[in-house]
Amino acid sequence: MSMIIDRKISPQINDITKAEIIRASETKLKNGIPVYYINAGTQDLVKIELLFPAGMWQQSSPLVGSAASAMLQQGTSKKSSKEIAEMVDYYGAFLDTSITQDFATVGIYSLNKHLASVLPVVEELISDSVFSQNEWDVYLGNKKQSFIVNNQKMSFVSQKKFSELLFGNNHPYGHNVSEKDYEQLKKEEAYGFYKRAYTSTDTVIVASGNVTDVTLKLIEKHFGGLTPTLSKGEGAPLPSVSGVKGGVHYIEKKDALQSAIRMGKMLFTKSHPDYHAMLVLNTIFGGYFGSRLMANIREDKGYTYGIGSGMVSFSHGGYFTISTEVGTEVTKDAVKEIYFELNKLQTEKVSDSELSLVRNYMLGTFLRSIDGPFALADRFKGIHFSGLDYDYYERYVETIHTISPERLMELANKYWKKEEVIELVVGKK
Amino acid sequence: MKSYPMLDFKKFTLDNGLRVIYHEDRSTPLVCMNILYDVGARDEDADRTGFAHLFEHLMFGGSVHIPSYDEPLQRVGGENNAFTSNDITNYYLTVPTANLETAFWLESDRMLSLAFSEKSFEVQRNVVIEEFKQRYLNQPYGDIWLLIRPMVYKTHPYLWDTIGKEISHIAEAKMEDVKAFFKKFYCPNNAIMVLAGNASLEQVQHLSEKWFGPIPKGPDNKRNLPVEPEQKEFRSLTVERDVPFNSIYKTYHMCSRKDKEFYTVDLLSDILSDGNSSRLYNELVMNKKMFSELNAYADDSMDKGMFVVSGKVQNGISLEAAEQAIETELEKLKNEKVEEKELKKVQNKVEATLEFSEMNIMNKALNFAVAELLGDANSVNKESEKYLAVTTEQVKEQANKIFRKENCSTLYYLAKK
Repeated sequence: MSMIIDRKISPQINDITKAEIIRASETKLKNGIPVYYINAGTQDLVKIELLFPAGMWQQSSPLVGSAASAMLQQGTSKKSSKEIAEMVDYYGAFLDTSITQDFATVGIYSLNKHLASVLPVVEELISDSVFSQNEWDVYLGNKKQSFIVNNQKMSFVSQKKFSELLFGNNHPYGHNVSEKDYEQLKKEEAYGFYKRAYTSTDTVIVASGNVTDVTLKLIEKHFGGLTPTLSKGEGAPLPSVSGVKGGVHYIEKKDALQSAIRMGKMLFTKSHPDYHAMLVLNTIFGGYFGSRLMANIREDKGYTYGIGSGMVSFSHGGYFTISTEVGTEVTKDAVKEIYFELNKLQTEKVSDSELSLVRNYMLGTFLRSIDGPFALADRFKGIHFSGLDYDYYERYVETIHTISPERLMELANKYWKKEEVIELVVGKK
Repeated sequence: MKSYPMLDFKKFTLDNGLRVIYHEDRSTPLVCMNILYDVGARDEDADRTGFAHLFEHLMFGGSVHIPSYDEPLQRVGGENNAFTSNDITNYYLTVPTANLETAFWLESDRMLSLAFSEKSFEVQRNVVIEEFKQRYLNQPYGDIWLLIRPMVYKTHPYLWDTIGKEISHIAEAKMEDVKAFFKKFYCPNNAIMVLAGNASLEQVQHLSEKWFGPIPKGPDNKRNLPVEPEQKEFRSLTVERDVPFNSIYKTYHMCSRKDKEFYTVDLLSDILSDGNSSRLYNELVMNKKMFSELNAYADDSMDKGMFVVSGKVQNGISLEAAEQAIETELEKLKNEKVEEKELKKVQNKVEATLEFSEMNIMNKALNFAVAELLGDANSVNKESEKYLAVTTEQVKEQANKIFRKENCSTLYYLAKK
């Protein structure tokens, strides 16, 4: 069977069908902790996350939040760290304790058939962790070592420095961690933080996967008895942002083969009315493989393995960033080309063809971002911690469909003023 | 035994030898197309290494009828990527169901022929050279595989990494080499295509015939790689680098992904270092505090692979003591059978990992493609069973086979004083 086909002509391009997002349902445990759950997917497994107001924003000093989170896996009054790990591993489950800028997560991934066996362990580590000295010493020593290794990586150094330039060293989002912070970190402080933050009334549970009545009953059984204490409003007053406005910053690394470049500026969070429109502008500029930055600096000049830009939004602040690593000999040229592309978006309208490509690409990406139960749980968290509702996503899709080239140019001029852009090079100029 | 539903699939082969596997998953609005080419860094000439990977970059530089690969795919809401290993080169994309045909159009055209644009060739050579610097040279501990591979392998082409032996091999690549490489390896009979997701079998059959059917069959590639002779003496290499901590890499020859012992060896590495309940972590990181990080890793390569135990040594601990401590742990596995419960633990973990990996159409598609390459697409449904069948005797037997001093190559990677 052979058909004559014209390979030069693309098949018909069909509109991407409206993406239906499955919303989380809500119920409450008897202690008042809300449970948001999404029943979706094909596999008989589940992810249960407990989210606590115990991230970088809430921590009393640098590293306290991440230390408390890590120590949750390091032993309770009844079980050693090894016994905890053994129980979780034996049932093929995955335990994840981690923090972000805004909250801490205790997450468990489990096959449903083993859920009843692993949840008691999760309950125990949330309510009864002891932070024993031996485990603390091992944790801190190893963490410091890995920090020292990371500190040799230019991308790591530049990310830290860039956050400091944006928010200021005293701001929880901006503190530039150094070895000294590891030396000053106290077990008692981390333990006190754990006792306060991991029993907060602001605790939220998110369950996704094959969530059944049995799952919800198990969640009630193990977490309905946690006793939340009032912690709202506790801690220091809102920190003030004391970052720099623009300017050229440089950290020299002798013997570097590449320079890490970071550029950008403070903007706003997801709740800002221009946020969605800026996501479209950012995508065109540096947000996907076919972006202006990639097309120019990687695909045309070959200066780098990769370059990208992004809008970063935490609960209490957001920024715009560009990052890349380039051969040291082309550092200046790369910076010049980045400004060239910024300026182009400020002075020339995006063509209809490029804009329609980006619209479809973003709609497809949105479709991928709501595919499967865990992705849906992430979308829920993405709005919940910014105080937003699901109409956030409806407005997002609406903006992708309707934004005009004129509006994009206006935004590029409004938010990307060259004199406000921070420019940081780590490596060699 | 596995109590989970099997992954159904249909397989058919086009006249030109292209194998097509179809797996239906209606829970997603997307379809994944995964095309595996049976060519990797092991198929390169020893004096032109890094070529399979460089070639992967060139596959995005436009094909004979379509000037850009990425642009039309993005225009229909698609996304794609690719990777090269020592064994295979794999391209994958996802696209909303309504625009599935665009994927067939794009992938078939670049299988038919590339544009071989000089500009794309120039640029991608530079991009790959920057990748070489970024990932292997400008990173602490970044060059370890460039040191370990040629110590472990003396004749088999696993002796070089996918990025290549050195930057000059990439810098000196010629367009004629590119064309010859394409002709030899990028043909339908050297590829496996998997469609997984929201599409019908009829649609997949029709589109496969329409777009891939007319591509001519290529040469038969009989792979005839030199067999690595058995290692007979301990090897070691010591280097000094500008890094903060001493580290040690002990590498042993092991079986291949195709051998039945593979499942045992994989579990052996899990017993040593999977998670915080594992042996190496508990004994040497937690209790004896000799290492800040310690890992064991079993290759899943198509030819005989490497079993690597690697660790960053704590300051104040001598390298000799650190090495001795690792060997003591390995000796225990040679002398005593592991407890049934310990084995059951790592088996349960693998079972769950496989189950979690099946949530995602891209994982499923890749698993089918690799299984077909190994000889049977349906083996994706037997993986769990094979892991669960491993016994404590087999674990001990493999430990004795692998952890022998004369089978070991050790890299001492020292922090410059």
